[in-house]
Order: sequence, then structure tokens, then C-alpha cells
Amino acid sequence: MNPSYRSLRVWQRNRDVFFKLWRSEVPGFFAEPILILLAMGFGLGTYVALDEGQRYIEFIAPGIIAAYAMFSASFECTYGSFIRMKYQKTYDSIIATPLSIDDVSAGEIFWGTTRSILTACVILVIIAAFGLVESPWALLVIPLAALAGLMFSSIALFFTSVVPAIYSFNYYYTLFITPMFFLGDVFFPVDTLPPVLQHIAWIAPLTPVANLMRSVVTGSPGEGAWWGLGVIAGYIAVFFPLSLLMMKRRLLR
Amino acid sequence: MSVIQIRGVVKRFGPITAVDGVDLDVGYGECFGLLGPNGAGKTSLVRMITGVSPIGEGSIRVDGKDVTQEPRQIKSSLGVVPQEDNLDPDLNVLENLVTFARYFDIPRAEAKRRAMANLQLFELQDRQRAKIEELSGGMKRRLLIARALTNQPKLLILDEPTVGLDPQTKHLVWRKLRSLKAQGATLLLCTQNMDEASFLCDRLAVMNEGRIIALDSPQELIKKYGGSQIMEVRLRSDERRDLVLLKLSEQSLQWQEIEDTLYIFQGDGQVLDQDLLGELVIMNQHAPTLEDVFLKLTGRSLKEQ
Repeated sequence: MNPSYRSLRVWQRNRDVFFKLWRSEVPGFFAEPILILLAMGFGLGTYVALDEGQRYIEFIAPGIIAAYAMFSASFECTYGSFIRMKYQKTYDSIIATPLSIDDVSAGEIFWGTTRSILTACVILVIIAAFGLVESPWALLVIPLAALAGLMFSSIALFFTSVVPAIYSFNYYYTLFITPMFFLGDVFFPVDTLPPVLQHIAWIAPLTPVANLMRSVVTGSPGEGAWWGLGVIAGYIAVFFPLSLLMMKRRLLR
Repeated sequence: MSVIQIRGVVKRFGPITAVDGVDLDVGYGECFGLLGPNGAGKTSLVRMITGVSPIGEGSIRVDGKDVTQEPRQIKSSLGVVPQEDNLDPDLNVLENLVTFARYFDIPRAEAKRRAMANLQLFELQDRQRAKIEELSGGMKRRLLIARALTNQPKLLILDEPTVGLDPQTKHLVWRKLRSLKAQGATLLLCTQNMDEASFLCDRLAVMNEGRIIALDSPQELIKKYGGSQIMEVRLRSDERRDLVLLKLSEQSLQWQEIEDTLYIFQGDGQVLDQDLLGELVIMNQHAPTLEDVFLKLTGRSLKEQ
């Protein structure tokens, strides 16, 4: 495994395409979190009473940042990467240049990471406009989104490297991403789950991200921050190299 | 020194041996053709030369460098025109070339200058803002070749560059390839188009079942394997097929059977006797061409498929 600075070239290619086509992608991507914030926060939130008098919308706002950072990286490195690899043959054309397969994989992951950061920044601005940001520590959302993006992009690209067909991503979303979205500390605290699910939730990748996002947005470090960072670092340490390795095995014939 | 030096190269995919012990030298400034039926191992060999496919056994050196040791350096001095269109559909024509140049670390201004020059060379300058999907098949192929020139390669490798093109575009591509060669580029061409091979190539290697079975200039190949005349015949009666084949052997005539047609290769002074002629319907007689040589050398295996 040996990615070089040339992975930047893949990142630049994806950046150029994104800013060229952003009109078709971006509005959908930002409309949804706002919609959820309004529906859940203002709608459902009227009926929800939290400890310490926190408003429900204040509770879910950081979770939404975490969840959509997850979605951005995941879509980019599953469907996006798969289409470039399989249908557009973009990888084939790139590895005929001085770039290696590792450079391509790393570039894809770094671009997925960037998508998470962009999404997190936009949602942060929106929730700040709603008056839901209480601490300057909220700026730490950006490095946290970077870590989350790196983790989710790596896991997603690993999955992309092993799926036989684009339809297989249904499993990834229904069995992995969506359960985390609903149970991973976004809409309610994990400690309200049955004990078994709590244990699962605390090792699922989204939970520590949501928990840490909530800590920095509200400016009150919660319990388990170090545990959370450890979980995220662990996933990155495993899945970043693994996705590069498996991509190479898939593409090198 | 040769620009491509291949020694004892073998490539296996599971139980299939795609390349089965190839030795080959391609000299600087040469246009070298790899000829062979589908599945002969041309593309596998080319993928190893271009460093995108690991070498099973043996070694390949390009411009003196070992492909396995220095893939980046080799890839930076190669131009590759793939058989399959892999232009970037998310980018327009000009962006395709400029983005491609960035993979080679070519600065933006220089990338633009080269892109414009190459578009001009392939008569695509009017389409620089066009989307890839708006281009015709011929334009895409021209753009693929233009893209392969981005890094000013010493060695240009083309996999069936004119397949599926109309005659006008085909001739345009051939003319451009000839002028590139005249400017000193080395070309390695995989093709199944015999006109292309005779028109462009200085030397040809005929591949079959992973091996090189003949290697020479197009003229020499024809001289060596084509005999003096080719007779295309059909049998009057299928029942007497064995008898006819026996007679052909007795008269030491060489033949190749493709579908229901027999291609009889007549050497100098060889004639068919009346007996034999009585059994045959003569479809055509002509001076041997590269196509006859190709069929003779690879025909049997085609039939087995």
C-alpha cells in the first residue's frame, strides 16, 4: 500500500466535476437535513420533553450534522465511486497515467471526506441561523466531520471494492447506514435503548460522531469523548488500508 | 537498444494461459503490429507492457526500465489508446484533455496549450466545449488518440484504433498515425484490420493462443506464407470432402478450411490437376494478401472456437 501525493489529482478531478454539476446535486442534499430539522425539531419536538430543559431541536441538530456527514461520504464512495469505476471506466483511464490504483482509491476517499466537511459546514451555518449553536467550540464540527468523512468514505470504498453489482448497495444502506441513522444517537440518546442495542450502538461508527458533534455544538464535553475518538480512529486504521488493498485486488488483473 | 524488450512473458488467468511465453523486441521509431484473433493474448500482453497488469512470468522493459520496478516512470512516457472508450463523461472535450494532463503533473497553461494543439491535430477544435456524449464514435476515437498524446509519449500503444470507424475517419486516423511516426514516435498497434496492418506497420507479429507464431514485415509474411496464388473454392459434394483433402495433401498443396470455403495456397508452379478441379467450384482466385496469411496461420483455432 503506497498512495502518493498524486491522489490529489483524483481529488481535483472530483472537485472540478462537483463544482461543475453542483446545481443538480447540492440543493437536494441540503434540503433534506433542513426538512428533518423542521419536521422533527419543531413538529415532533413540541411533544418531547428532555432532561435539563433542553429543546428537542437542540438535541437533534448536532446529530443531523453527524448523520449527513455520514450520508455524504457514503454516497460519494459507494454509488459515486462504483459508477466511476464500473460504468465510466474513469479509473481505467487514470491508472494508465503515472497514478497507481492506491492513488485513485486514496483520492476517492479524500474527496468523500471533503464532501462530509462541506455538508457539515453548510448544516452548521443553517443551525447557527436557527440559533442552535451555543459555543465557539462548535467550530470543532469541521475537524470532526473530517474524521467522520475519512471513516465513512473508507468503509464505503471497502464495500464498493467487494460488491458484484450496483444493486448490492441496497444492503449497505438498509442494513448498515439506515439503522445507524435511526438508532445511532441522532434522534434520541443511546442510553434509552435496551442494553444489548446500547452495546452495539456504542461500537457503531455513527454513534461516537453524533455524540462528539453534540458535545462541541453545545459546548459541554459529554462522557466517552475519548472512547468515541478511539472508535473512529480504529475504524479509519482498519478500513483505510483495507479499502486500498481490496480495490487493488479488484482492479489488478 | 529496443524500446520494448519482452522476455519469456507468461500470463495466466486461472486455468487459462492468455500469454504463453512471448519474446519480442520493438525498436525505436518503428511501427509494430500485433495481429491475432480475439483471445490470442494481444490485449493481455499490451496491458502488461503498459504496467496496468502484473506480469505472470518473465520480464518486460520499456525504454530500458523494468515495468514491475518503475511503473510510474514508464507510464509517464507512454501514450495508451484503449479499445474501449474511457473518456471522462463528467467533463467536456477540452476539460478531458486538461484534466488528463494534470495526472502527468503538467502545469495548467502548458496543459491548455497542448490540449488545443492536439484538438487541432485531430480536427476537434470546434468541439472543445462539447459534452462527450454529444460526440460521434469517430470523434471519440480521435479524442482518445489526442488524449494519449498529452504527455508527448515516446511510445504510443493503440488497441484497435480504427475498429467501428467509417472509412473517412479511418483514413484520417491512419494519416495522423503515419505523421506521428514520421516525427519519430514508436507505435505499437494491436489490430485485426489487415489493411491497417499493411498500411501502417513496418513489422508484424501474428499471435495465436498466447504465442507469437510468425514475425516479419507484411511483405515478407505474404511471401513466406502466402505462396503465389490463393484459390477460394467450395466442394461440389460434401461427401467427397475427405477424398478432396487427401488429393490436396498428395499434391502437397496447403489449404485452410474456414466455414464452407477452402483456401488453397498454391506455391510457385503448383497447379491443380483436372481430377481435383472437377470436384471444386472456384469462387475466386487472387494474389495472396495479409488476410490470407492471417487465416492460414490462425484459421484452425478460429474454427475450434
